[in-house]
Amino acid sequence: MQVNMSRHPHPSMLVAGRCALPERQNRPPHMANILAAAPACFHCGAAVLEPRRWRSSVLGAEREFCCAGCEAVAGTIVAGGFEQYYATRSAAALQPQDLPPAAIYDDPDAQRQFAVRSGEHRRIATLILDRIRCAACLWLNEQWLRRLPGLVRVDINYATHRAQVEWDERETRLSRILEAIRAIGYDAWPFDPLRHASLERATRRAALWRLFVAGFGAMQVMMYAIPAYFDGGGTLPPESAQLLRWASLALTLPVIVFSCGPFFAAAWRDLQGRRIGLDTPIALGIAAGFGASVWATVSGSGEVYFDSISMLVFLLLGARYAELLARSRAARGLDRLSRWMPSFALRLSGEAQEKVAAHTLAAGDRVLVPAGERVPADGTVERGCSSADESLLTGESVPVAKAAGSTLIGGSVNVEQPLTMRVTQVGAETAAAAIARLVERAAAARPALVASADRIARVLTYVVVGTALLAYLGSGNPWIAVAVLVVTCPCALALAAPIALTAAAARLLEQGVALTRSGALEALARAGDIVLDKTGTLTTGRLALARTERFGSLGEQDCIALARALEASSRHPIARAFGEGPCAADVSALMNVPGHGVEACVAGRRVRIGQAAFCAELAGSPAPGGGERTAAWLADASGWLARFALEDPLRAGAASLVQSLHAAGLRVHLVSGDAPRVVEALARSLGIASFAGGATPQDKSAFVQRLQGEGRVVAMLGDGLNDAPVLARADVSIAMGNGSEIAQLHSDLVLLGERLGAVPEALAGARRTLRVIGQNFAWALAYNAVALPAAAAGWVGPWEAAVGMAASSFIVVLNALRLAGRGRADSTWKAASTSSFLSRSRSYS
Amino acid sequence: MESSLYLLVPLSVALVFLIGWVFWRALHGGQFDDLDRPGYSILEDDDPKPK
Repeated sequence: MQVNMSRHPHPSMLVAGRCALPERQNRPPHMANILAAAPACFHCGAAVLEPRRWRSSVLGAEREFCCAGCEAVAGTIVAGGFEQYYATRSAAALQPQDLPPAAIYDDPDAQRQFAVRSGEHRRIATLILDRIRCAACLWLNEQWLRRLPGLVRVDINYATHRAQVEWDERETRLSRILEAIRAIGYDAWPFDPLRHASLERATRRAALWRLFVAGFGAMQVMMYAIPAYFDGGGTLPPESAQLLRWASLALTLPVIVFSCGPFFAAAWRDLQGRRIGLDTPIALGIAAGFGASVWATVSGSGEVYFDSISMLVFLLLGARYAELLARSRAARGLDRLSRWMPSFALRLSGEAQEKVAAHTLAAGDRVLVPAGERVPADGTVERGCSSADESLLTGESVPVAKAAGSTLIGGSVNVEQPLTMRVTQVGAETAAAAIARLVERAAAARPALVASADRIARVLTYVVVGTALLAYLGSGNPWIAVAVLVVTCPCALALAAPIALTAAAARLLEQGVALTRSGALEALARAGDIVLDKTGTLTTGRLALARTERFGSLGEQDCIALARALEASSRHPIARAFGEGPCAADVSALMNVPGHGVEACVAGRRVRIGQAAFCAELAGSPAPGGGERTAAWLADASGWLARFALEDPLRAGAASLVQSLHAAGLRVHLVSGDAPRVVEALARSLGIASFAGGATPQDKSAFVQRLQGEGRVVAMLGDGLNDAPVLARADVSIAMGNGSEIAQLHSDLVLLGERLGAVPEALAGARRTLRVIGQNFAWALAYNAVALPAAAAGWVGPWEAAVGMAASSFIVVLNALRLAGRGRADSTWKAASTSSFLSRSRSYS
Repeated sequence: MESSLYLLVPLSVALVFLIGWVFWRALHGGQFDDLDRPGYSILEDDDPKPK
C-alpha cells in the first residue's frame, strides 16, 4: 500500500527547479504554451508532459497521469473501492510529496506526548490532516481509514481538519495509519499544539495582510476618485481624468487579485462542484463591477467604480477578519487545556535538581514544583504543604489545600510553598488532556441546529443569484445586480449557530463544565425535568463521623483516637470517616475480620471496632440502644465504649442547587438506591416533592422513561460511573467528574469540580445560548428579507450594500461573543500571571 | 501645472507600494501577532527570582 514517490520526481518539480506545490501560476512563462496544450493529470490536474506513460482506468475510462506518484495514488484509491471520490470532489488533489518517515511516531517515548491508552492494547491519538482541499477529501480519508485493519474508530472534524483515531496495537501501528493517509495523497501528523499555533499565526498574518492591501488600496483609489466627484463644470481635462482612472486601475488590481483571492478560490471550487456556495454571489458581484470598470477605462467611455469596489472589498475583509478573530477566540478557550502544560520541569535525582523538558518525564519520577509554577504532570505530593489553583480544570477559583498524599493535576498552579511530587501520569494520559479530547470530540460533531442553518443559507444563495439576474434583466443596470449580490448575507445565517455554540462551550469549560456532546446544550435548554441522584451527587459519597455516643468512662476524643488507631491500616470506607489526627499509640496484634470489624491490642487491652454483633462478643452484653443510621461500635472486654454514627454528608450547595433549579422552572426529582426512608428525609429537607428510594438502576431508567412518556425533556445529574445506564437514557446527562475517571465517563456534560453550583450555571448558559442563536437567526432572516428587495429595487448602492452586509455578519458574531462572557481572550493569561505574581510576592515576604 | 500630475500620480502609486512593503515587513516580523500581551508586560516584574 505504501507508495514510494522518491524514485519518480514529479515533472513539475523538475520544471520549477524546486519542490513547490504545482500551482500553475508558479511556472515560468515560457512553459505556459507547452502546458496549455498538454492534457491534465486526472489526479492532481497538473499538465501531463509524457502522455501515455502513466495510465490507469478510473470511473470507466482510461486516464492520463503526470507521474508515477499520482498514478499509484489513483490506483490505490480505485483498488480500495473509492472511485466515487473522483466523481464528487470539488478540487483537484495535491500531488504526493516526499515526506519524512512516519515510523518515528511509533516510538513509545514520542507517543507519550500525543497518544493515550484506551484499553489493554488500544491507543487514541489526534492527528492533523494536511493537504485537504474540500469535503470530499475528508470523506475519502474517513472511508479509507475505516477499512484499515486494526483501526477501531476514526472521527474527522470538518472544521478543524483534525482526526481522532483509535487503533489496536496488536494489529497495526500508528505509522501504518499515517502511511495509509499518505498513500492516497494527503499528509497527517500527530496534533501538536505548537505546530497548530504557528499554523494559526500564519493564517492570521495572511488575513491581516489582505485586509491592509484592500484598505490602503481603497483609501488611495478614493483620493483619485475625488477630482472626478467634484468636477461639476468639466474643468478636469480628459487626459487628466484618464490618468487618474489608470492609476485607480493600477491600485485596484492588487486588491482584486490578491485580497479577493479567497472569495474567488471558494467560488471557483463551488463552480467545479456545480453548486452555488456562500462566496459565489460576492465573487460574482466583485468580478462584474471590476470587469465593467476596466472596460470603461480601456475604452475611455462610461463610468468607473474602482473606489466602490475596493471599499467594498475592504469592508467585506474587515468583517471576515473580525470573524476569524472571534472564531479563534472562541476556539482558544477549548484549546487552552492542552496548552497550559509547562515546557520544563525540575526533576529530582537524589537531592540533585535537573531542569528537563516536561515531555521527557515518566511515571515514577520525582519532581520539584516551585511556588508559583505550574505542575508539569499529574501526580501525588510526596513532601510539602501548599495549595494549588486548579481553576483551569474545575472553574473553582479558591486554591485547594495540598499535603503529602494529595493528588496534583497537571497544569494547575502551585500557589504557596514548593512541593515535591511523584509523577503518576504524563502527556496525553493526564486529566487535562483527557478533558481536551472529550471536548474536541464534541466539537467535531455538527448539531442538527447548525446543519439546518447551513441548508437555509445554501437555498438563500440560489435565491440571491436568481434575483440578481432578474434585476439585471429587468433594469439593464449592472450595478443593481452587484448591489443585490453583495447586500444579502447568507453568511450571517451560516454563522449564527456555530460561533455561539463554540463560545458557549468555551465559557462552560471556564466554569468547570466540559461539554462532550455539542447537541446537549439544546436539550439542556429545553429540559423541563431534572432527576438527581443522591449518593455521590447531592452527597459527597464519603462517610463522615456525624456523632459519637459514649457508654464507658472513656472521653469522646480518646474513643476517636482509639478508633483511628484500629482503622489506620484499613481500606474500608468507614475507616476514612475518622479522618486524620491524634492516634492511640502502641497497637499490636491487629486482626482484620472482613465483613465484621477489626480487633487489636491497644496499650495492653483488647479492643474491637465494627458491627454490633462482632463487638458484643467481646463486650459480653448486647448492644445498648440502636438506630438505623450507619454506625460503627467500639468495645473492649469490660464493656461497650462508644457508638459512632456515620453519615454521607450533603455537599455544600446541595440546597441552593435545588432552589436555583426550582427557580429556573424545572421539576426536580430525587431517585436513589438508598433506603426509602433516608431518601424521603433528604427530599423533604431539600424541598423536593417527587422522590423514589430503593431504586435499582432499572427502576431509575424506568423513572426517566415515564417522565419522557409524558412528553418531558429530562436531564439527569448523577455519578458518571454507577449511573451510566440511566444517564444514557436521559435526554441530557450531567456527570460528576473526578480526576482520572473523567475519560471513562459517558455523559453529555461533565462537572470537572465538586461545585454543584456549576449545574444551574450550565443551565442558564445553555438557555442563553439558545436565545442568542434565536436572535441571530431572527436578525439574519429579517435583514435579508429587507435588504434583498431594497437592493433589487435599486435603492442601495454597491458600497452601501457592502456596509450593510459587513455590519450584518458582524452583529451576528458580536452577539455570539457575548456568550463568551466578560472573560476576554487574555483572561486566562491574566489569571495565570496574577496568581504567579501573588505567589511570587508571597515568597518574597 | 497639469503636467505635474504625470509625475505626482505615478509617484503616489509608487508610494502606496512602498508603504505596503513596509507594512509587510512589520507584519511578518511579528509586530501584529499579539496585540494584548505587550500592554500587560509592563505590569510584569522581570526581576530575577529570589533564591
